[in-house]
Amino acid sequence: MLIRRPDDILPSEITDPAVYHARRRFMAQAGTLALASALPITSNAAGLGPIAASPLSTSEPPTSRRAVTTYNNFYELGTDKADPAENTFRLKPAPWTLRVEGLVNKPRSFSIDELIKLVPLEERIYRMRCVEGWSMVIPWVGFPLAALLKQVDPQGSAKYVEFVSHYDKATMTRGVLDWPYLEGLRLDEARHPLTLLAVGLFGEVLPVQNGAPIRLVVPWKYGFKGGKSIVAIRLVEKQPLTAWMKAGPSEYGFYANVNPEVDHPRWSQATERRIGEFTKRKTLMFNGYADQVASLYGGMDLRRFF
Amino acid sequence: MMNPGNTHLAAIKTVLFAACLLPAFLLWRGFELDTLGANPIEAITRGTGDWTLRFLLITLAVTPLRKLTGWHWVVRLRRMLGLFAFAYGAAHLLTYLWLDQFFDWNAIAKDILKRPFITVGFAALVLMAPLAATSSNAAIRRLGGRRWQALHRAIYPIAVLGCVHFWWLVKKDITEPLIYAVITAALLGIRAWWREQERRKQLAGGYLPQPPKLTGKVIRIFAK
Repeated sequence: MLIRRPDDILPSEITDPAVYHARRRFMAQAGTLALASALPITSNAAGLGPIAASPLSTSEPPTSRRAVTTYNNFYELGTDKADPAENTFRLKPAPWTLRVEGLVNKPRSFSIDELIKLVPLEERIYRMRCVEGWSMVIPWVGFPLAALLKQVDPQGSAKYVEFVSHYDKATMTRGVLDWPYLEGLRLDEARHPLTLLAVGLFGEVLPVQNGAPIRLVVPWKYGFKGGKSIVAIRLVEKQPLTAWMKAGPSEYGFYANVNPEVDHPRWSQATERRIGEFTKRKTLMFNGYADQVASLYGGMDLRRFF
Repeated sequence: MMNPGNTHLAAIKTVLFAACLLPAFLLWRGFELDTLGANPIEAITRGTGDWTLRFLLITLAVTPLRKLTGWHWVVRLRRMLGLFAFAYGAAHLLTYLWLDQFFDWNAIAKDILKRPFITVGFAALVLMAPLAATSSNAAIRRLGGRRWQALHRAIYPIAVLGCVHFWWLVKKDITEPLIYAVITAALLGIRAWWREQERRKQLAGGYLPQPPKLTGKVIRIFAK
């Protein structure tokens, strides 16, 4: 005969599992937080992990965060500079996958988490010169595009890289440009150490208006070369026809290297207004990166290949 | 509101004057408080340019408004509106010369000659100057009404040049310049249409005195 002995603990005294797990979570987070605050490396709650400084950064003072995040050209979210920051709800940066395909031996898709962990993230403080005649200094967080290209093993026939931005007809601007936004680089430009895939800004996750969750940054070219919210990177044989080349072939070329001597047909490119400054400054050849990139264009007529 | 008296009109003019100054005041205040965005100089250049074009179109709307509503008194506001168009245009040019180019005359001269949109905008403002200079009653008397009117019809090409200036400067999205162009076309089109109606009326002899209608008994008069 089984005689049931009463429990030593009253059911009311047993901790509810939900509360128990919440306590565990709190302790784990507190531990992480204590650890994180003790670490010397820049880190943040948003999930980018450790960020290393880069010798490729400029020592110029960065433009204010407010300007960088409220003065944007991101036509899919509106054509006024203030529009993108106000229309961030039109683009959901998570979940996200980036396909890397085309003339590669190992085509595959990457999640943002995978991309962030691909190689150590770096902070790259770059000058950014817009084709419209203004400029900023932006502390990007990202990794070299070359590191990603290595993962997919480009074939010998691949000569160019095409970048396809996200486009959703239901929520984004219609007309203006032929969507989706398309940009391109020559393979050697894409592999250049300065060429960056950015996932962050000012040490934090990239805001939607700046091209979340992942965008291209090519500091020696006009800003529009940096495709935002990229969903596909394709290695191709022929020079891609970019969105701006389609829109105005006489005004926007494939290379779009910053060049004070080659004017936009409708305005001069000799000077620029650094956002936050009162007087204009002279625009530098290749946006001041001539030492690193001029050799890419040896023997080319930059007036023809603008 | 068919025809306000002189005191009423003076009050209307005062209110209108303050209203016309409001955009300039808001731009100045925005600059002081740093609420014009990341590129305040661009915002001021755009703002003064927008208002030049708006005042030109408002000025051009006066005559159609008068004809369509019968409010003849609105013509008496036209001079102020036209002068504000010129004032905003001058401010726009000054912003460009000063805040944008910092009086780099070499660069400015090149810009005006080489960039079609600047050439066109500059031409429009140059054309506005004689209109502003001959806006006083004394100038109207000196020129004579007919010649004065002919001169002031220059506002038609000025408005067109203003629209072209805006159209050529935008990078890609032409929505806004298109709106201005459509309004300009409507304001000039209605004038052309009225002119055509007038011409037809004249050709049909609409202005010839009608022969008196013959009624009653005809009395023939013969020379004796």
